[in-house]
Amino acid sequence: MENIQLILYTVFGVLAIFSAIMMITRRNPIASALWLIFNFFMISGLYFLLRAQFIAIIQILVYAGAIMVLFIFVIMLLKLTDEKKLSEIMTYQKITAILFSILLMALLVFTVYVNFADKYTEISTEAETISKAENLGRELFLKYAFPIEAIGLLLLATIVGAVVLAKKKFE
Amino acid sequence: MFADYGQILVFMLFAIAFVAIAFFVALFLAPKKPSYSKESTYECGEDTEGETWVRFNVRYYVVALIFIIFDVEVVFLFPWAVVFKELGLFAFVEMAVFLIILILGFVYVLAKGDLQWDKPQPVIPELKRQIFKVDSN
Amino acid sequence: MPAAVQYIIIPLVKVVLIQITLLIGVALTVWLERRTAGFIQDRYGPNRVGPFGLLQPVADVVKLFMKEDIVPEKANKFIHSLAPAISVTIALSTIAVIPFADPIQLFGSEFKLQIADVNIGILYILAMVSLGVYGVTLSGWASNNKYSLLGGLRSSAQMISYELSMGVAVLGIILVNGTFELDTIVQNQAGWKWNIILQPVGFLIFLTAAFAETNRTPFDLPEAEQELVGGYHTEYSSLKFALFFLSEYANVIVSACVITTLYLGGYQFPYLQTFGLSPVLVSILQIITFLIKIFIIVFFFIWIRWTVPRFRYDQLMVLGWKVMLPLALANLTITAIIVTLLK
Repeated sequence: MENIQLILYTVFGVLAIFSAIMMITRRNPIASALWLIFNFFMISGLYFLLRAQFIAIIQILVYAGAIMVLFIFVIMLLKLTDEKKLSEIMTYQKITAILFSILLMALLVFTVYVNFADKYTEISTEAETISKAENLGRELFLKYAFPIEAIGLLLLATIVGAVVLAKKKFE
Repeated sequence: MFADYGQILVFMLFAIAFVAIAFFVALFLAPKKPSYSKESTYECGEDTEGETWVRFNVRYYVVALIFIIFDVEVVFLFPWAVVFKELGLFAFVEMAVFLIILILGFVYVLAKGDLQWDKPQPVIPELKRQIFKVDSN
Repeated sequence: MPAAVQYIIIPLVKVVLIQITLLIGVALTVWLERRTAGFIQDRYGPNRVGPFGLLQPVADVVKLFMKEDIVPEKANKFIHSLAPAISVTIALSTIAVIPFADPIQLFGSEFKLQIADVNIGILYILAMVSLGVYGVTLSGWASNNKYSLLGGLRSSAQMISYELSMGVAVLGIILVNGTFELDTIVQNQAGWKWNIILQPVGFLIFLTAAFAETNRTPFDLPEAEQELVGGYHTEYSSLKFALFFLSEYANVIVSACVITTLYLGGYQFPYLQTFGLSPVLVSILQIITFLIKIFIIVFFFIWIRWTVPRFRYDQLMVLGWKVMLPLALANLTITAIIVTLLK
C-alpha cells in the first residue's frame, strides 16, 4: 500500500512538472490551456494522496471545470493565434529570467528542506478525518463567519467589476 | 475507504484504455484515401469565405464570468449544507447574508441587461400585390 | 479470502463488468431510441438485423469502424482526435460512484456493489459533469469550421448556465441528508422517503438541467440540424463520430443513474427488506429495481426527444438564468428554513 502511494506520488509529481513546462512552452494558446487542465488533474491527484479529498475534488470542479472554460472562451473570443517563437523574442531577458528562476527554485528547496525535512515525513493519521467537508464546514462557519461574509463582498465586487470592464473592453 | 479513490483511478484508466483500443483498431480497419475535396472545410458545398475564428458576442464572455463567480459561491455552500443540521440558525443567517450579497450582484447583471439575449425579429415580407385574390362570392 | 483476491481481483472484475454493462446499455439505448422514434412517427424502426433489429447497433458500430476517418485539412489534427476521446472518457468515468445494491456478504466478507464508496460522491459527479463541456467545445474549435465553432460555443454557454442550477438543486438534497455519500443518501430513502417527495422542485430543476447537460432535445442547440448542419460534429466521421454518439448515450444512461440515485430511491424497492428474503436475493432484486428505474428515465429522455421541439437560443438562456437559477435558490432557501424549523 505504501509503495503504491509512493509510485503514484512520483508519477503525479513528475507529470505535474512536465505539464507545467509544456504549458508555458506551447505556442498555441489552446494547447497551453489543455496542458494546464492536465496539470490541475495531477495536482488534484497529489491532494488525494495527501488525503485532502474535498480540496482535491474542488480543484477539479472549480479550476478544471469552470476557470479553464473561461480561459478557452477568452482564447476563442480574442481570436488568439500562435505566439511568436520563443527564440524570436528572446534576448538578454532570457538569460536573466532563467538565472533568477534557478535562484528562486534553490531558495524554495532550501527553505522547505531546512524547515520541514524531518518534521513532516508522514501523512498524519487524522488527515482523512480533518479533510472531510463536514469538519471543514464546522470550522468555516463557526470560527470564520466574518471572513465568509467578506468573501461574499469580494465576489460582489468581482461581478460588478468584471461586467463593467468586459463591456468597456469589447464594445 | 481511501483505496476507493484508487478504484476510481483504475476505472478512469480502463475508460482511457477503451478509447485507445478503439482508435488502434480503427487504424487498421479504416481505409485512407485522402483527396482535396474530402479534406476541404464543409460548408454545404460552398467554398468557405473568410476566417473561421471571428470575434464573438461579448455576452458569452459575461456568461462565463458570472458562472465562475457563482460556481465559487456554490463551493462555499457545499460544506455549509453538509453540516447545516448541527449548526442551525446561526449558519442559516450567515449563509442568508452571504447569498443576499451575491444575489445583489446577480440582480445588477440582470438590470444591466447583460444576460439579455437578442430575440430574433423576423421580418415578414409584405406583399403589395395580392397573388391569390380571395373571392368572397 | 486472500488479500490479492479482495483488493485486486474483485475490484478489477467489478470495473470490467460495469464498463461492459454500460457499453451494452448504450447499444440497447440506441436501438430503443430508434424503435421508439419509429413508433412515435408511425413507421418501423430498424427491424432487419437480428430479432426486432436488436443487432442493428452492432452492425452500425462495425460499419463506422470500417469507414474512412476524414480530417479537414485546416483542422488542428491532434485536438480534433482528442475531443471525442475526452467526451467518452468522462462519460464512462462518471458511473464509478453509483451504488447498485446493498452490500452483500460473500465468503465471510462484505462486498460492495459499487465501484467506489467515497466521501465526496456527489461532488465527484458534479465535477465530471463540469468537465463534459470540453469535448464539445474543443471539437468545435479544432474543426476550423464555422458550424462547428458556433455549435461548440453555444454548447459551452448552455452547459455552464445549467450546471449552476444543477449544483444548487443538489444542495437541497445535501441539506436534507447531511452527507455527500451516495450510498448513505440511497439508504436514507428507504421506504416511502424518496427525495422526489421531499424535494419535488429540486427534482424538476435537476431533470431539466440533466437534459441540457446531455445536449438532448429540447436543449440540442449545439447540433441543431436546421441551422448548424451537425453542430460541433459536422467535421467528424467514422470512429470519432461513433465516439461522440457513444458519449451522448452514455451520458443519458449515467444521468438516469444519477437521477435515480439522488431522487428516486436508488436501488430501494419500498419495504423490500421487511419481506424476510435471503440477502443475496434481496441484492438481486435491488439490482433489477435499479435497472427498471433507469429504463423508465431513459425512456422518458427518448420520449421527450421525439415529442418536444427545440428551444430558441434566447429562450434557452432566459430559462437557464432567469427561471431555473432563481427557482433553485428559492428551493434551497425554503429547504433550509424547513430543516431549521423541524430540528
